[in-house]
Amino acid sequence: MRTRFQQGLEELRARLLRMGGLAEQAVDRACQAYIDRDLSRCNMVLEGESQVNATEREIDELAFDLLALQQPAAVDLRFILAVTKINSDLERVGDQAVNIAERVMDLVELPKADLPVDIPRMAAAVSAMVRRALESFIEGKAELAQAVLEMDSVVDRMKDEAFITLVKTMNERPDVTRQALDALLIARNLERVADHATNIAEDVIFWVRGADVRHNVAPEATVHQEVTDTR
Amino acid sequence: MNSTHGSTVTVIPISLWRRTMNLVVTCAAAGSVILVLLPLGAIFGYLLYRGFGSINWAFLTQTPKPVGEPGGGMANAIAGSVYILLIASSMGVPVGIGAGIFLAEYGQNRLGNLIRFTADVLNGVPSIIVGIVAYGLVVLSQGHFSALAGGVALAIMMIPTITRTTEEMLLLVPNAVREAAYGLGVSRWRTTLSITLRTATSGVITGVMLAFARVAGETAPLLFTAFGNQYWNWKLNQPTAALSLQVFTYAISPFDEWHRQAWAGALILIVLIVFSVSAVRLAASRGMLKGAN
Amino acid sequence: MGVGIRVEKLNAWFGKTQALHEISMEAPANHATAVIGPSGCGKSTFVRCLNRMHETIPDARAAGQVLIGDLNVYNGTSAVQIRRRIGMVFQKPNPFPTMSIYDNVAAGLKLNGFRDHRRLDEIVERSLRFSALWDEVKDTLRKKSGASLSGGQQQRLCIARALAVEPEVLLMDEPCSALDPISTGKIEELIFQLKERFTIVIVTHNMQQASRVAEFTGFFLLGKLIEFDKTEKIFTNPSDKRTEDYVTGRFG
Repeated sequence: MRTRFQQGLEELRARLLRMGGLAEQAVDRACQAYIDRDLSRCNMVLEGESQVNATEREIDELAFDLLALQQPAAVDLRFILAVTKINSDLERVGDQAVNIAERVMDLVELPKADLPVDIPRMAAAVSAMVRRALESFIEGKAELAQAVLEMDSVVDRMKDEAFITLVKTMNERPDVTRQALDALLIARNLERVADHATNIAEDVIFWVRGADVRHNVAPEATVHQEVTDTR
Repeated sequence: MNSTHGSTVTVIPISLWRRTMNLVVTCAAAGSVILVLLPLGAIFGYLLYRGFGSINWAFLTQTPKPVGEPGGGMANAIAGSVYILLIASSMGVPVGIGAGIFLAEYGQNRLGNLIRFTADVLNGVPSIIVGIVAYGLVVLSQGHFSALAGGVALAIMMIPTITRTTEEMLLLVPNAVREAAYGLGVSRWRTTLSITLRTATSGVITGVMLAFARVAGETAPLLFTAFGNQYWNWKLNQPTAALSLQVFTYAISPFDEWHRQAWAGALILIVLIVFSVSAVRLAASRGMLKGAN
Repeated sequence: MGVGIRVEKLNAWFGKTQALHEISMEAPANHATAVIGPSGCGKSTFVRCLNRMHETIPDARAAGQVLIGDLNVYNGTSAVQIRRRIGMVFQKPNPFPTMSIYDNVAAGLKLNGFRDHRRLDEIVERSLRFSALWDEVKDTLRKKSGASLSGGQQQRLCIARALAVEPEVLLMDEPCSALDPISTGKIEELIFQLKERFTIVIVTHNMQQASRVAEFTGFFLLGKLIEFDKTEKIFTNPSDKRTEDYVTGRFG
């Protein structure tokens, strides 16, 4: 029943997955560019930004139409609302990837500095968070999303450690201040990406369970069965 | 009959055969109407022709003169017919409507079917037999002919028509109207009388009119009941003159004078029936018969 | 003021077929409760059991407890008495065709023996004001018949007629399904205002209408009450999968 509507929901899902792919790819590229000191990768990230923005617009348009024309209720309504929010978070992830790429471009022009901070490890963790958040959306599984929420504190800790270490480095070795600053900013950008991944996970839980778990408030609603057939 | 592409409207011509059939059937229908109206017109016309000349003031105000004497009229017969019909209606209409209400509201069962069957049979009983029955029931037990007996006979003939029409008209009232009344907490009998019956009023009146028109001209049932009377009578238990009886008596007599008067009487009878039916129709359409709630 | 309705283990039959199975629910006073469900689910039957209209169908019966305030519907009191305290508005507007607008509104009172004519005028005016029809008909109260109004006006007339007897509860069986959107909107506005004085139970097959006017909603399926909850819950996150399937249009 409601074939047009179901097709609309399918299309919305497909578009969001595409968006997720673009955002994930941008972050991975930016991190890889840092590791390899690769300018071409940075350029790829910057060029990909316009496609990210365009896809964001497409998704919002479709969601808006479905809301206006199909009177969705219950799980379908939650799905569409969740998609619009995830969409916005993914676009911000794209922006953060661009920011990282810009910092990397700056680093590449400076002499290589050996900084006592493990950006690649942080990048890997953040990447994993994004991937798992998107997986939880694909599978419609709230447990996967819950796992993402738990990883956020790990990343926060990494960022705090990086800050302390890098500030100390800037004090002790003023010649690498710029590099340290760049690294600091990259750490912050990564932490932001992690926050967005957390938001995505919270939105998935809202969709699947009808529970609002944002801002660490315990969910009021309980549901007697998981969402299974919403795709 | 090819359709064309593009924006022009295609007119598909109707075949000659279909047009011919259309014309034939229309003519047949028109012809049938004329065929039906023709006898009515013929009767009316002929009665006018034969009877109109004999209608004069004397005819309408005097009682019959003895055999042989010219002049006289049918005043008492006209009045008598009205009198007997009133008696018949006073018995036949309430019973008929009551039975119709019963059948419509409570008659969807075997008892109801039995009553309907009885009414249909009664409808087909020859009017002379009804007259004989009334004779046996009323005249013999009273010991004399009477207007009452005539009224009873005619009432018996009115009842089946009124019953069936009332039932049908009540059944035509949509159930939604009844439900609206039930929803307001109106009891069933009150709903039936004040709402259902009131909604069906014009149909019920039609039924009453049909029955009335049918019995107004009956002669056979009155032969052994009202019997006829040369003089005025307003008493319930005395023989009474009736227009149809008078026409019958005069028509089979050997006197020309009486034949003349018979034509006039027949014309008056038809006119009275048409008049009374029209009057009731008019009153009903003006809403004067809606009745109190 | 309205009273609450409490239903406990209500069953209903048409001859041998059981139409309602053990329905239990509570419709709070001065709120609107919607009853939704696919065709044939028993929602109309349910509402008609609340004022014992169900019994007017031959061979139909119902058993169980229905408490309207302190009135026990299925225990002792006559059906006629009960229906005087519960008003009903039907799917197709059904004003009495031979009566004027005034007589229609007054019918419930007059047919039950009310005779005070001055008070009757007041009551008729008040009822027509309640149903937002007064301004449109005040000049032709006795001249126009009830059936000469438009569909939306007729339905408002039926509402006025039901309100004139001052029921505590108003039952509405798909009151807007025969009306155009503007008339529907007017009646929905009306329900909003009527809630202050009456308790309303409204059957509707239009889910958006249920979500617009009712605070509570019950979902019926095949003669059973599947879920009963606050309307927001039913339409944002219902507990039962069948409710969700119906509400999202996956069937029905």
